[in-house]
Amino acid sequence: MLAGIRHGAKLYTVDPRRTSSAQWADGWLGLDVGTDVALANAVGREIITTGLHNRAFIDRATTGFADYAATVEPYTLEWAERITQVPAGMIRELAHRYATADRAQLCWTLGITEHHNAADCVFALINLALLTGHVGRYGSGVCPLRGQNNVQGGGDMGAIPAKLPGGYDLEDDTERARFETAWGARIPPKPGRHLSQMFEAMETGQMRTLYCIGENPAESEADAAHARAMLSGLDHLVVQDIFRTATAELADVVLPAAADWCEYDGTVTSSERRVQRLRKALDPPGQARPDTHIICDLATRLGHAWGRPSAEQVWDELRSVSLKWHAGMSYQRLDELGGLQWPCPAEDHPGSTLLHERLWDTDPVRRGTPAPFTPVEHVPPVDELTEQFPIRLTTGRVLDSYNSGVQTGGYASPLRRREALCIDARDGARLGIADGERVLITSRRGSVEAPVRYDPTVRPGLAFITPHFTEQVDTNLLTNDAWDPKSGTAEFKATAIRIDKVRAEQASRAGRLAVAGE
Amino acid sequence: MTVDLGTIRRLVELTVDGEQVRVPEGSTILDACRAQDIETPTLCYAPNLTPVNACRVCVVELEGARTLVPSCARPVEDGMVVHTDSERVRHSRKMVLELLDSSVDLSQSGEDVDRWKDQYGVDAGRYGPPAAPAAAGERDARHAGHHEIPDGSTAATVAQPVKEDNDLYVRDYGRCIMCYKCVEACGTDAQNTFAIAVAGRGFDTRITTEFAVELPDSACVYCGNCIGVCPTGALKSVSEHELREAGQWDPDDETVTTTICSFCGVGCNLELHVQHNQIVNVTSPTDHSVTHGHLCIKGRFGFQHVQNLPEGS
Amino acid sequence: MDLKFLEAVPTQGEQAAVDGLVGAPGEGDDPRFAAGGQHARDLRHLLLPALHAVSDTAGWISQGALNYICQRLSVPPAEAYGVATFYAMFSLSPRAPRVAHVCDDIVCARLGGSDIADELAATLGPAGSGQVVTWLRSPCLGLCERAPAAMVQLAGDTDQAIAPATADGVRTAVAGTGNGHVPAGGSQPSVSAPQTRRGDGQRLRLLRRIGVVDPDSLDSYRSVGGYAGLRRAIAVGPGRVIQEVSDSKLMGRGGAAFPTGVKWDAVAKAPVRPHYLICNADESEPGTFKDRVLMEDDPFALIEAMTIAGYATGCEQGYLYIRGEYPLATRRLQAAIEQARHRSLLGSDVMGAGFGFDIELRRGAGAYICGEETALMNSLEGYRGEPRNKPPFPTVSGLFGKPTVINNVETLFNVLDILTEGGPAFAQTGTERSTGTKLFCLCGAVAEPGLYEVPFGATLRELLELAGGSTGSLRAILLGGAAGSFVDPEALDVALTFEGMREIGASLGSGVIMPVDDGTDMPGMLRRIAAFFRDESCGQCVPCRVGTVRQEESLARLANGTEIGSRAREFALLDDLTRVMRDSSICGLGHTAPAAVQSAISLNLLERGDPE
Repeated sequence: MLAGIRHGAKLYTVDPRRTSSAQWADGWLGLDVGTDVALANAVGREIITTGLHNRAFIDRATTGFADYAATVEPYTLEWAERITQVPAGMIRELAHRYATADRAQLCWTLGITEHHNAADCVFALINLALLTGHVGRYGSGVCPLRGQNNVQGGGDMGAIPAKLPGGYDLEDDTERARFETAWGARIPPKPGRHLSQMFEAMETGQMRTLYCIGENPAESEADAAHARAMLSGLDHLVVQDIFRTATAELADVVLPAAADWCEYDGTVTSSERRVQRLRKALDPPGQARPDTHIICDLATRLGHAWGRPSAEQVWDELRSVSLKWHAGMSYQRLDELGGLQWPCPAEDHPGSTLLHERLWDTDPVRRGTPAPFTPVEHVPPVDELTEQFPIRLTTGRVLDSYNSGVQTGGYASPLRRREALCIDARDGARLGIADGERVLITSRRGSVEAPVRYDPTVRPGLAFITPHFTEQVDTNLLTNDAWDPKSGTAEFKATAIRIDKVRAEQASRAGRLAVAGE
Repeated sequence: MTVDLGTIRRLVELTVDGEQVRVPEGSTILDACRAQDIETPTLCYAPNLTPVNACRVCVVELEGARTLVPSCARPVEDGMVVHTDSERVRHSRKMVLELLDSSVDLSQSGEDVDRWKDQYGVDAGRYGPPAAPAAAGERDARHAGHHEIPDGSTAATVAQPVKEDNDLYVRDYGRCIMCYKCVEACGTDAQNTFAIAVAGRGFDTRITTEFAVELPDSACVYCGNCIGVCPTGALKSVSEHELREAGQWDPDDETVTTTICSFCGVGCNLELHVQHNQIVNVTSPTDHSVTHGHLCIKGRFGFQHVQNLPEGS
Repeated sequence: MDLKFLEAVPTQGEQAAVDGLVGAPGEGDDPRFAAGGQHARDLRHLLLPALHAVSDTAGWISQGALNYICQRLSVPPAEAYGVATFYAMFSLSPRAPRVAHVCDDIVCARLGGSDIADELAATLGPAGSGQVVTWLRSPCLGLCERAPAAMVQLAGDTDQAIAPATADGVRTAVAGTGNGHVPAGGSQPSVSAPQTRRGDGQRLRLLRRIGVVDPDSLDSYRSVGGYAGLRRAIAVGPGRVIQEVSDSKLMGRGGAAFPTGVKWDAVAKAPVRPHYLICNADESEPGTFKDRVLMEDDPFALIEAMTIAGYATGCEQGYLYIRGEYPLATRRLQAAIEQARHRSLLGSDVMGAGFGFDIELRRGAGAYICGEETALMNSLEGYRGEPRNKPPFPTVSGLFGKPTVINNVETLFNVLDILTEGGPAFAQTGTERSTGTKLFCLCGAVAEPGLYEVPFGATLRELLELAGGSTGSLRAILLGGAAGSFVDPEALDVALTFEGMREIGASLGSGVIMPVDDGTDMPGMLRRIAAFFRDESCGQCVPCRVGTVRQEESLARLANGTEIGSRAREFALLDDLTRVMRDSSICGLGHTAPAAVQSAISLNLLERGDPE
């Protein structure tokens, strides 16, 4: 992105914090947390009212424009300024720049998706791309920047309740039948539970056993105290991981796994749908074994002789069923080409750098089903700000650390500082809290102690903390597990908190307060 | 693997050492030489960085040009006649290597440099015995336009103590040939962090942070892209530095395996350099379109989690 | 952009100095952040002026000041530090606010400069010491006709050049003691250009207004025919102007002798916009002072000539880049630019003729290399003054990557007569291939040093006679300054033309003619030249960065009789260095850094001059 800026691209950053990206930007839209839909709809309305929308593209390649236009009509610049706290002029500038740019991209990370209305936030952005035709052309598009090296691949492999490997809908009877034939087994026709639903099922007692592979929900789930209580209450918990995580500490059985990215072979799929090869560089330590070996042995013990397929054999089996996306990606090609982007349906197919190009095709048949506008409305965060909880806490990652910190805790980063609650100096002065002073942070779900750091990137009324250092501050004891019904993502980004000075007797207690079973 | 936008590049025809060569327009003379398997020494050139043509070891003779030209930066033109092994070329290459060898510690610059030194007949000793190393910080404080007038009894060098000010990498500027690669990688060619720059002038130029503050006080984000491009071992990881200091550096045992970074979704290719089942360095292939050889702190240094094993395992 | 700053904060004075240049911070600006966006990053070209502003105020550049500059201009601190440390005139560590720069270069050293330095060392302490007052050695200050020279820099006050200087005079000026004594800071046209007081002014072209016009008065300039050239240019149009310049066969006087008409035509026709004009007034070649005399005593002529050049080539913005050691010329040019603007001779509608052109004066800060055209452009853009790789040439991609005309001061002066007389008439003077007149800087062992103008074709002997001949017994003549070469007295009858010089393997360079007599310490002089290039090498390429050091070391051994092996081996080593520097350096500095030494060796000057 910085290379693009160097070549003259303009950057607008929408973020409650004045991040590093915001400092590079031509415009910073420091919106209030959870007002993304309001902002996007206001941008859409401004584009429409000034006639900057791409009528030809809309007519040819989309449906639902009239509904969309009607939905965004009330989202005036002035209204949006009130809701988002972004000056109307800046919203207008962004709308005009985006609409009139030759090529423009919308890129986002978890600030869009870790909300109770995550999917709506994404739809609001897709609507803008459809409105302007900034999609399906080189240099334009919508681009979620994935936080994990294989979050895309996991979904592509079917690790989404409603999907089969290769992006087929589980509820598509024809496709499901094809998979059933290939696998010689019946596939339940209804989607299973996603993570948030699993925790609900644990709460109601419907789910009593959990097999958890490479995930640390005891620390990474919103409302972590609740998550830990649920995990502790299970009849049986199996954890398969490369670390002895906080979740593993709660397990009945721990299966030590190899770090597949360097201790075994396989593939991962990046944000841009590029499938690339993992290769073994090290021998795994002790009894650690590759995940597929453990899973296949488990199947064998359960009476299904899956044997010991190699990573390539597992992959080839996937290729045999993922006909549209992966069929053409042999290991040999992946090695030779340094990866391939799906769709890649055949071995003579070059892979696809661009998606949705078809929308520009002049031939209606090749153009296919038009892309629908999905009108969405602004709904504020679930965790309301009140007198009791007046400050908005948002969470986010920092460059040198990763998620719950188990992977990055292992190296000495000179950038790393002690975890702290970042607030604006003016809030600090108002609350009588000095830079560096320890405070008690309380949300509707729990309390943690943390030192405060005055941080110029944070605006008054906003507080920021990372999820990386649970041993210092167990951030997810505070966050809200209200989740988006469309995606199942919890609202990590918007928590209402109160900051209190720590009294002397409290100060002696550890920052880590509530652990499940306490 | 770069995105092919469908531009068809015209072929340019030139003569290199008497052979007709056709290369795409926009190629450099170096590209043309390499297409002919003519070995051309380079130090400041890297395929993933903008050529600065500072070292001048890649110079070739171009008919019609008054001076030799840097092959790494000079685009080919139709009808060029290039000589890569004339007496003038050999002399300049020898002198460049000799001037560097007499002023910089090239002992970790790799086998190619050792071979070129032999091939071109470098004799660094003829400039006299090397001067004593500078005290810590002395070279950082030198002022443009002023220098101690030498008596010629020793040859000036850039020797100085290693800078060790953080847990991830060391800066051993006694090995620095001022190729600018680290500055480019820290700046507009990759990282856009601008933590380091070239300061001072002439023989006193140096790579430094503002006011020579320690790295943790600078803008450095420890991506290590500077290490990745350093050709002489002036910049290296603490792990390599410590293994070398302890006499445990064992390149003969080293394997290099390409895999994918275990962190975010960009999909950077990592080359894991392993000695004795331990990752000692991480690099990235320069010819891969995802990263062009550049990484972030997590990719470059975040591998420790597979090596921090519990006691006794 | 995303910048990290050190903790230090600027003093009020430093902040005011920067604000004075870039304006006060805006209402909503957060002092903890650099301004973002493409616009903010476009301010980088103000870096050198901002460093000057701080240095002029405080005498040095503190961490707080650098931080503040970086924040206002959106420049990474490490890069700004790299730029600031490139220039000899800036100090990044505390330095006395009152500094005397004493020239000890090849001309001044022998004419008293070294003695002044010795005296100051005895009275003020070693160079660079002292909390309030200090002194430093300096390369050539471009006042060679009045050697020895010094320049006094006083924080918060205007700089002053002193020539001829005495130890007492320098001490008084720098200490600010003495009762209201004002050092000799003004120009002395009749001394600097002796022909102007000999009644042969009629025959002079470039120097004819020197000592005649009042350099502070536009009216005075107009009263002697000023702005006739621009009026004619506007009357005939840009195409015709370029035609006249082409017809005149004018060749650049900066050293490279490139046809000016070709350069102008290339930029005028370049489709990329905008176009830029640069006047290269970074005259720093030791022994050279011609452009200084022109600028000090006839500043409006340069403004007019630049305006013509800008008009002809489609430039709306011109930059006049003057070396930092020329305080008087800087003041007079700045005043001239302001007067011209006031009278609409610069600005959005020049002479009411419907075209816009303006000039910004930029000061160098002590870097010889910035006289190299692409290094100068980097310096103007706020980067280190390192030469760029060519091609592309400036006419295609110059300042800010745009088509750029860059001309030397003397070159531009010629344009005025070309316009008033016409190109063909101009070409009548001089020889077939070297047309017009040429300025020569006579200095060193010469009876009447100064700036002389003769038609191309005059011989070295005639020039020397014009200046009263050499003092002492003539041993050699250094042509072209430190970057030039020594010629034997046998060459006295060679014609001083571009082609004549080429025949004897020399170059006119910057027009320096420096006789060397038998009392000259040749090894010492060569070591001073070698030291100069070692100091002034930008450090970018290996041949020049290390080669200049090895050259100086070898010369030291030759002078001290401590050769490695034998003298012949040292000469062979110097020859090897010469070849790599000449063949493989990036720019002209490296190419010419060994020229004087090589020519001295080939003329056996080093042998014969060795004190027995």
